[in-house]
Amino acid sequence: MHPAYSIIWFTTLSGAGYGLAAFLGLGLVEMKGLTAFFAYGIASALIGIGLISSTLHLGHPERAWRAFSQWRSSWLSREGVLAVATFIPLSICAIAAIFLERQLPFVGFAITVFAAFTVFATSMIYASLKTIHHWHSWLTSACYLGFATSSGFLVLVAISAPLLEADNVLGIAIFLVLLAWAFKGIWWYRADTMTSSSTPQTALGLPDERHVRRLELPHTGSNYLMKEMGYWVARKHGQKLRMIALAIGLALPILCLLMAATLTGIVAQAVAGLAAIAHFAGIVVERWLFFAQARHAVMLYYGADAA
Amino acid sequence: MTSLPAKTEKTLGLVIDLDTCVGCHACAVSCKEWNTGGQSGPLNDLNAYGADVEGVWLNRIHSYEVDAAEGNVGTDMTVHFPRSCLHCADAPCVTVCPTGASLKRAEDGIVLVDDEKCIGCGLCAWACPYGAREMDPVEQVMRKCTLCVDRIYNETLDEIDRIPACVRTCPTSARHFGDLSDPTSDVSKLVEARGGVALMPEQGTKPVNRYLPPRPRHVAQAAPTTVAEDDLQTDGFFGWVDSILSKMGP
Repeated sequence: MHPAYSIIWFTTLSGAGYGLAAFLGLGLVEMKGLTAFFAYGIASALIGIGLISSTLHLGHPERAWRAFSQWRSSWLSREGVLAVATFIPLSICAIAAIFLERQLPFVGFAITVFAAFTVFATSMIYASLKTIHHWHSWLTSACYLGFATSSGFLVLVAISAPLLEADNVLGIAIFLVLLAWAFKGIWWYRADTMTSSSTPQTALGLPDERHVRRLELPHTGSNYLMKEMGYWVARKHGQKLRMIALAIGLALPILCLLMAATLTGIVAQAVAGLAAIAHFAGIVVERWLFFAQARHAVMLYYGADAA
Repeated sequence: MTSLPAKTEKTLGLVIDLDTCVGCHACAVSCKEWNTGGQSGPLNDLNAYGADVEGVWLNRIHSYEVDAAEGNVGTDMTVHFPRSCLHCADAPCVTVCPTGASLKRAEDGIVLVDDEKCIGCGLCAWACPYGAREMDPVEQVMRKCTLCVDRIYNETLDEIDRIPACVRTCPTSARHFGDLSDPTSDVSKLVEARGGVALMPEQGTKPVNRYLPPRPRHVAQAAPTTVAEDDLQTDGFFGWVDSILSKMGP
């Protein structure tokens, strides 16, 4: 699948934003005044930039308001509705924390629930597609939720000195990073080993396993399907990129978090910030591969041996 | 509305005969011409007269070589394969659409794009295993086979022309149109007689169009695939010439 950068930025930024918002909603650390302004501001910015980015890949963004209407059947529509709905409790808690210096536990919990469902709906846009068997699994949702949780938590730890210095918090951060990548590791294993039930024979309606060879493409030029669905990164490049994703998204953040445990003050926060940035960069690489290593069933018509 | 209708009154679709299709592409050209002149505007091409032409086609004809079936030597065949929207009963392209632009009509089951509502997100194209939907590069909306909904009910056309353009133009009668939910219709009888199949049934889309498989080939006599030296005919006039020539030189 052709990796659209607007979609990659959308899912990674909004994932981190909703993760951060979810933890702010849980009220793990009391945020008031200016700190609250930064925290809620960063969450809203991550979500907002992500959502705006998602409209960039549309042919007609001026009609995007229509995308809220089909929530009964479409995960993309549900995601849109939930994304906007999350801003309601988020704004209420932000105003209360910044201007009234009050925490609202019930409204905060609503943020957490809405944020989780929004990320889940985002994952289901991809996981619900039978055509891309790599994506069609509960593991896709687990990875999206896992990375939203870990990236959001690392941002929160980096911006909140009291949280950073609290007992066990860095341990929890490391655990969340490991958990997210564990789901991703299982996802990669499944993607590498499973075969689709769609074959060149089922695509042509042939009754048995006779070998099919592409004789002529329907046109000499390229087309939308070949450009959109026909792109996939070579296996050896994909393997290298996976290693890079793990190095900057798993190894480096854990090292930074372990280092931050031995430091204090602004230096500790800076190192924790580096962990958050590195983890996020690793997720961006992972998300690029999520698209670039995916195979779509339609390519069976264009000469692919397997879906 | 992108919820699927629980039931459609009629189930209009195509039956495509892979045995008689010769890959002439007349149906693809006819479809392109009809839809380019239609109310949704041209089926756009980019760089139409340039080096890298590409454009929107609702019907594309692939060609494949299929090896002989097990134990049936010499029956390799070329299969020409017209691919267009199968107007699925459980169309995933309809349910994924966030704006309601992708719809399946309850009166006849035709799946359409409302190009006033389409935002061009492309998710329907991702959802379709058959590649029925393409993005128009100029209009930035999705385009697909309309089953010539603007022909089949069009009273200004002669009755003989009130079928999809591709069916009307096929020179080998490889394309058929009708109501596949009606067991007495010509298309239903054709599907029954020839064992018409659905494509990629494992994808769960419940396609309506049916493809008639190529009839099993057979060879009248065992045809040798190579001619060995020793098999040359050694009797008759030419056999005599051959034996003289063999004795003559190296």
